[in-house]
Amino acid sequence: MKHEFIEKNVGLLAVFIVIAISFGGLAQITPLMFQKETNEPVDTLRPYTALEMEGRDIYIREGCSNCHSQMIRPFRAETERYGHYSVAGEGVWEHPFLWGSKRTGPDLARVGERYSDAWHEVHLINPRDVVPQSNMPAYPWLADNVLTGEDTARKLSIFRDNFGVPYTDEDIAGAKAAVQGKTEMQAIIAYLQSLGHAFR
Amino acid sequence: MSIFWTIWITVITLIVIIGCAVLLRITSKNTTGVEEGQPMPHTFDGIQELNNPLPKWWTGLFWFTIVIGLLYTFAFPSYTANWNGLLDWTSSEQSVMSKEESAKLAETSHSQYQREMNAAEEKYGAVFKELAYDENGVYKDLTLVAEDPEAVKVGQRLFLQNCAQCHGSDARGSTGFPNLADNDWLYGGEPQAIKDSIMHGRQGIMAAWKDILGEQGIKETAAYVLKLSGRRVNAIEAQAGEERFVMCAACHGADGTGNHALGAPNLTNKIWLYGGSRKAVEDTIRNGRSGVMPAWSEILGEDKIHLISAFVYSLSQEK
Repeated sequence: MKHEFIEKNVGLLAVFIVIAISFGGLAQITPLMFQKETNEPVDTLRPYTALEMEGRDIYIREGCSNCHSQMIRPFRAETERYGHYSVAGEGVWEHPFLWGSKRTGPDLARVGERYSDAWHEVHLINPRDVVPQSNMPAYPWLADNVLTGEDTARKLSIFRDNFGVPYTDEDIAGAKAAVQGKTEMQAIIAYLQSLGHAFR
Repeated sequence: MSIFWTIWITVITLIVIIGCAVLLRITSKNTTGVEEGQPMPHTFDGIQELNNPLPKWWTGLFWFTIVIGLLYTFAFPSYTANWNGLLDWTSSEQSVMSKEESAKLAETSHSQYQREMNAAEEKYGAVFKELAYDENGVYKDLTLVAEDPEAVKVGQRLFLQNCAQCHGSDARGSTGFPNLADNDWLYGGEPQAIKDSIMHGRQGIMAAWKDILGEQGIKETAAYVLKLSGRRVNAIEAQAGEERFVMCAACHGADGTGNHALGAPNLTNKIWLYGGSRKAVEDTIRNGRSGVMPAWSEILGEDKIHLISAFVYSLSQEK
């Protein structure tokens, strides 16, 4: 085939470009989808409780991952501050994963149990109250919004049926009761306190 | 990793690298039939193109990257698992299944991360050790460490990194987070008590009394509590509150001076962890409080905590 022919047929050129650039992904990404290290949970991983699951959805809704990563890289500069580096087996039940790629604020992969619940509450209502130089927005409505728990059971069963997260029938049956009446603040704090539990 | 994926990766990688070489070879040939530097047999809007191939040094660079690319795949972990390449390089122990396994591997691992950690431990760990230990290799008495300006400075740095988020950069705390510089202590101000607090954390739980006391009872008890620290209150309420205080005395002591073993605050001074307004005191009695100091031994290690303890202890020794 003449070089000229490819250059003058944009559609054909596009097809060849896609084929060319997909080689990298085929060699680097596809094998990872079938590896033990990336598909098997680490020994101490436990599924999110119903309340933590709701908190995780609030974390996603409020866009926390726009400023906070959840991925500690294996560098001393990171592990000194945040704790043990993240490993793939910790993230196998994360759908979608919230690793993030931007750190305006600190990494949160192991923030759990680093601060008290009370600290998180004060900090989320107004970060400046505890960290004067913080530029994090305030999230005061979290303390006012109350969860109904309408969708919680469905969320857990989706994670069990589609992603293989080992929720029991009791977990799912009790999901609504576990979150109903709790505030979004309680949910997101429960989620934050659970982060990094597998390697603590 | 199964043999299938090894073949998969090897074939794709080699196809791409060899393909690049073949493509470069083909396109390096002059197939136009026009000599280098002469006009090509086409014009566009009167613009003429000359046959100007890439300079030799430029195609040379392409060949160079192809060769380097091939060498790279053999130098570093690539085609198959459990093979770290000819340089025997690995970034970190990514396949660990637990923290314990990771700690065990750390002793023998020569990953880039572990080498970085070992080098740092050699350099900085020695600094912490020199400040925290005496010549016999045991921890120096904290009162002595607190008199060493160098150690206190290091302790302060660690405090600012790890503790200031709650206790403030001046260690004076805020509502709900204890002031560490006022020489009033919930769990005792002895050096060892401070170190214990940091190492293992604290849980300062006060029960909620609303169901037992009722609103009137809360009001009266609050009046008595405020009176303890010399505030002017309704005498009748305070009188009634004093009778109810027997229940509080279990933790706060009969005279209200608190109990370090339980972390029960002294109610007779003017220092209030959760605020000293009437409303704040009533809220505390009504709903209880749960103060949590996280445990830091796993995160920081005892050497650093020894220095932080010395810094915190030094704060209340100046007065």
